[in-house]
Amino acid sequence: MKFLVYFEVRDGQIKKASFETASAAKKIADEIGGETFGIIIGKDVSSIAKSAQKVGIKKIFVIEEESLSKISNSLYAKIIAEFTKEQGFDGVFFSATSQGKDLAPLTSGFSDFPYISDCTSLLIEDGKVTFVKPIYSGKGLLKQQAESGAKFVVSLRPNVFPLCEAPVEVEVEKISLKDYSSIKTAIVEDIEKGSQELLDVAEADIIISGGRGMKGPENFQMLKEVAKIVGGAMGASRAAVDSGWVPHAHQVGQTGKVVSPSLYIACGISGAIQHLAGMSSSKVIVAINKDKEAPIFNVATYGVIGDLFEVVPHLKEELKALKEQG
Amino acid sequence: MRIFCLIKHVRDTETKIKVVEDGKKLEFIGDNKIISPYDEFAVEEGLKIKEKFGGEVISLTLGDEDAIKSLRQAMAMGTDSSILINDPLFYNLDPLSTAKVIAKVLEKEQFDLILTGKHGVGDDNQAVSSMVASMLNVPVITVAVSLEIDGQTLKAKREIEGGFEVVSASMPAVVTCQKGLNEPRYPSLKGIMAAKKKEIKTLSAKDISIDHLSFNKGISFKGYLEPPPRPKGKIIEKDPKDAAKELVQLLHEEAKVL
Ligand SMILES: Cc1cc2nc3c(=O)[nH]c(=O)nc-3n(C[C@H](O)[C@H](O)[C@H](O)COP(=O)(O)OP(=O)(O)OC[C@H]3O[C@@H](n4cnc5c(N)ncnc54)[C@H](O)[C@@H]3O)c2cc1C
Ligand SMILES: Nc1ncnc2c1ncn2[C@@H]1O[C@H](COP(=O)(O)O)[C@@H](O)[C@H]1O
Repeated sequence: MKFLVYFEVRDGQIKKASFETASAAKKIADEIGGETFGIIIGKDVSSIAKSAQKVGIKKIFVIEEESLSKISNSLYAKIIAEFTKEQGFDGVFFSATSQGKDLAPLTSGFSDFPYISDCTSLLIEDGKVTFVKPIYSGKGLLKQQAESGAKFVVSLRPNVFPLCEAPVEVEVEKISLKDYSSIKTAIVEDIEKGSQELLDVAEADIIISGGRGMKGPENFQMLKEVAKIVGGAMGASRAAVDSGWVPHAHQVGQTGKVVSPSLYIACGISGAIQHLAGMSSSKVIVAINKDKEAPIFNVATYGVIGDLFEVVPHLKEELKALKEQG
Repeated sequence: MRIFCLIKHVRDTETKIKVVEDGKKLEFIGDNKIISPYDEFAVEEGLKIKEKFGGEVISLTLGDEDAIKSLRQAMAMGTDSSILINDPLFYNLDPLSTAKVIAKVLEKEQFDLILTGKHGVGDDNQAVSSMVASMLNVPVITVAVSLEIDGQTLKAKREIEGGFEVVSASMPAVVTCQKGLNEPRYPSLKGIMAAKKKEIKTLSAKDISIDHLSFNKGISFKGYLEPPPRPKGKIIEKDPKDAAKELVQLLHEEAKVL
């Protein structure tokens, strides 16, 4: 089997999630005696392409053109789909990042390879590639399998698959761009960065979230400070977002972001089913809540029963002390 | 302007699920079905655009008889008419096949915009809208939190990690709607009454000449699993200072996440 991994470039670098995806694809390929290749698209990307070597991909294809400097989803996907068919790849792998979730279904549509989205586990069963993906926001899991000879497009959830470093010499092959002027595409004209102060919840390894128990927008400052100390992100429940205390980009849950950090700290969040849907796959969950009956305690690894306005300031001091110790 | 709003009839987000029959089936506790929450943003946006430019807003779903409830809801909000694509052949399709059926219907229609939800809750695929766009060869802007239209071109902001992309596209186009784009209106009593009289056109597989051979069979269903249970947690009930101290110690030494 031949797999192709799409390497996503942001700010002149390959994203960490792409390395995770490549590691997972390579692991599966090694198990069934297949091969994994990479593809990278954009302007001035061939120098970046070399860094793909760190996960053991031997060959990476580069499509590099001035006209590709602005991300153009349908054009990028068409290039990947055509290249996939030409080269006889069996599976195309994306990370389920915002760009991956944009490109993967388009690639599926253009190639007519079925798409399995947002997988959290990938394995070989009966010699076949087997996918596990959350459904109902993680209240259940669906297991599917590619029958022999079946082609597929798949996206893998970031922060779930381990990064396996296995550096090799990587060959970079440039592919020329064909004429795709008939493809109607959207074009990214500009990128607006949010505040650079904190990480986005979708990318953070530690998240501290606040809910209605935070009482008002001013109190979120305290969570921001904690997030800064641990190099994490600040999240929120829908109740906090709907009250206008924090922007929607911070919302965790079924209609917010689905996250799986190593550590999730919920302050003044009751643990409604829609909130749990967004964070219950976190490795370690801490709940700080004054109501010991709150459902959040059912999923908490560590539950602190108490008033968050008393606990969080001490938590901040303890974390600071820990970080200062190094 | 002629606008289509794609609507998926899904289980309420409150629904609890249980894996039964050795992973072959799901049992649902609380079986209320609704318009997928993000699709309400699509309907609202369609209505707002119609208010500005005039035209027609049509709600469309691929579903069973029960999906009529969601179409009526969309029409109560204000869409002019609906299309229901209903055929047993189309039940439980994967996203690519769903998109094929929807694209097959839309390719015969004149449209300026196709508005959809960011994703359909339940299956959580975030796939059908972009696939439809690829099949119709129209541009797609996904996860839009703002949208400006001047009649021929679209300018939108889409949510990405740590910020937004400013994206442009020409019409006709597909736009997938994210929370923040607008506030969906509640149907008025008058709207609910009017919706009862609005037309729902029903299409079968034969009507759109599509058969099972069009659908993918390469990916097979292998069962449902329960999410791994979370180990029982430790409760800390102490004065705040000691509680914080113990917590950080546990996170550092036991859980090793700090
Ligand atoms: C379609 C749909 C989609 C939804 N999507 C989401 C989603 O994506 N994300 C989401 O979060 N919700 C979502 N919800 C809403 C969800 O049902 C809950 O209403 C929401 O999560 C509640 O937020 P909360 O826990 O902050 O507030 P509450 O439920 O009001 O809980 C507040 C908690 O704070 C505690 N508290 C109060 N004061 C203190 C204090 N001083 N110290 C310590 N604890 C204190 C209380 O004991 C309580 O447990 C959705 C709902 C629907 C219908
Ligand atoms: N069966 C369907 N009928 C109509 N629209 C659908 C259907 N499935 C998905 N869609 C649309 O596509 C969007 C994305 O759905 P999904 O790819 O299932 O996450 C939904 O929000 C709907 O707007």
